[in-house]
Amino acid sequence: MSDAEIAIEAHGLTRRFGQVVAVNGAELSIPRGRIYGFLGPNGSGKSTTIRMLCGLLKPSSGSIRVLGLDIPRQSEALRRQIGYMTQRFSLWEDLSARENLEFLADIYTLGPERAAQRIATVMEQYRLSEFQLRPAGTLSGGQKQRLALAAATLHEPALLMLDEPTSAVDPQSRRDFWESLFALTAHGTTILVSTHYMDEAERCHGLAILDLGRIVANGSPQQLMAGLPLKVVEIETADPAAARAALHGLETLRSLAQLGLRLHALFAPTERDPVERVRSLLAARGLGASVRVAAPSLEDVFVGVTMEKH
Amino acid sequence: MLPAPLVRIRAIAVKELRQMSRDRMTLAMIVGIPLLQMLIFGYGINYDVRHVRAGVVDLARTQESRSLVAEIASSQVVEFVARPAGIDELRRLIQTGEVHAGLYIPPDFERRRIDGTRSVAQLIVDGTRPGVDTAVRAIQEAPLPGRSGLPARATPTIELLNEFNPERRTAVQVVPGLIGVILSMTMVIFTAIALVRERERGNLELLITTPVRSAELMVGKLLPFVGVGLVQTTLVLLLGVLLFDVPINGSLLDLYIGAGLFIAATLALGLVISTVATTQFQAMQLGFFTLLPSLLLSGFAFPFEGMPRTVQYLAQALPLTHFIEILRGVILRGASLAALWQPVLKLSIFLVLAVALAATRFRKRLD
Repeated sequence: MSDAEIAIEAHGLTRRFGQVVAVNGAELSIPRGRIYGFLGPNGSGKSTTIRMLCGLLKPSSGSIRVLGLDIPRQSEALRRQIGYMTQRFSLWEDLSARENLEFLADIYTLGPERAAQRIATVMEQYRLSEFQLRPAGTLSGGQKQRLALAAATLHEPALLMLDEPTSAVDPQSRRDFWESLFALTAHGTTILVSTHYMDEAERCHGLAILDLGRIVANGSPQQLMAGLPLKVVEIETADPAAARAALHGLETLRSLAQLGLRLHALFAPTERDPVERVRSLLAARGLGASVRVAAPSLEDVFVGVTMEKH
Repeated sequence: MLPAPLVRIRAIAVKELRQMSRDRMTLAMIVGIPLLQMLIFGYGINYDVRHVRAGVVDLARTQESRSLVAEIASSQVVEFVARPAGIDELRRLIQTGEVHAGLYIPPDFERRRIDGTRSVAQLIVDGTRPGVDTAVRAIQEAPLPGRSGLPARATPTIELLNEFNPERRTAVQVVPGLIGVILSMTMVIFTAIALVRERERGNLELLITTPVRSAELMVGKLLPFVGVGLVQTTLVLLLGVLLFDVPINGSLLDLYIGAGLFIAATLALGLVISTVATTQFQAMQLGFFTLLPSLLLSGFAFPFEGMPRTVQYLAQALPLTHFIEILRGVILRGASLAALWQPVLKLSIFLVLAVALAATRFRKRLD
């Protein structure tokens, strides 16, 4: 694919911090106009990868092309075309919402007319007008986040890099935030977002699952779920603790998680009939339970691909 | 088993000690501040003023005049480092700060010596520097060689002449230096904090993803403080003139150029601190740490001449030392910046070194 279709391309991307390998041989090919997610636990290398893609950190080895630019060599040229937002609110808390936007409009040298027009647009788009004169530090988590997104998109970047943007906001604000992201992609913006929320990962067009600095799986959420080699079994029982004990030590059992009175079990593909296996084990202990095959969720995929090394 | 309140108090105290032991900067300050204070006050500051740099003009050139000079030199209060040809050149050396006192022996020294009603010589003192006048006062009564057998003198041997501050007012000595002290306090700490705050709050991470260059960022951040510094300079100067009657004998332009140079030097120092400190509190601590020696060793409050040689060399490394020299020179002694080229040069060297250090460290931080 050409630069016209590919927003981000990386080969053998590696970054070491002393002895620690934070990112290890990452291969990325992210199409334009889509939301691409990095899903992974803390310390999996999400932030380091994003920082390298922005040109904020030099890779120890590997090559990067972002929007047709060679990174980190052409990082300065890239800066005009990307918006960056971190998990931490990084605007100026002692400036008002409007002053923050005016400052950034100048930093991006938008010029007075375009600045005024863009500030008006994002104020409207992200519903900032009512509190535009309040110091940014006094805003709520959701309001701060809207302001941060407004700031990151003020100069209409072709690519938006969002590093865990929703960790500090309530569920309703998260939903609104994702609606805004889809609106941006509808206008052609490419979005790279890192998260550790499954529901957010599921909303992405494409996804890379990171673990201990490696990309352990990638594809669309549907592809990933369909391609899960593990078998998923759901067990509903009055005594989950006893059921857990009964299944304990089972060789083909890869993971067992409790959700209220239900147990969610992942079995290795070598287990021919996991449902029958569970039923007989529980019956042997005199435990009543309803056992059935379930469709894999993204969380199952995540557990499945990250578990081997832990 | 300890009672519950004691267990909890102990837990908090232990936690506090743990945190303290992990904060290397605080730990360093716990030891560093008393150490520095002790060294400065114990060794550095001394009211026994010795070796005041002085010049001597001997127009009599007799054996007695030479032995008077030797007698005064042997007291070690002054050290004759210059032999200007005449009184005008002596005055010029005092004005530019190369010497702080001068002994003038007139051609009619011999007549005055025998006569005994008039002083035999004049001692000119730079009244802009604290401690010097008091110290050299002792020389006035120096025994006059070759006068045994003659009647006791009615007047002191040597007449003391306080230049630039004949009323010996402390305000005259203190106010010009205060400009430097106040600038040191505000410039270093404010700039360090302004920069560290930006990093602490995560603003810097956002800024470095924008097209702004690090040089633009540095200049943009420091420029307002240059303005603040010039306003402070003006304020102290106005108050000094209005309230304390401090004369401004030199050119205001020279004064502001000197102030601009010093402001730049302190801003650069603040920048260096900001690259070392990770929190605003650490920036405060470090700023205070650099302020302390400046206040005590710069010659602002205590005479250099009371400090051991090593401490005097240390004082040469402080920008405030040279700025106070410039301030007293321009404001009180009416010297031009060109005449004060020595402190100007030393301050410039400090500025260049600090900027170079700040620039290399600042760049490192951005990667």
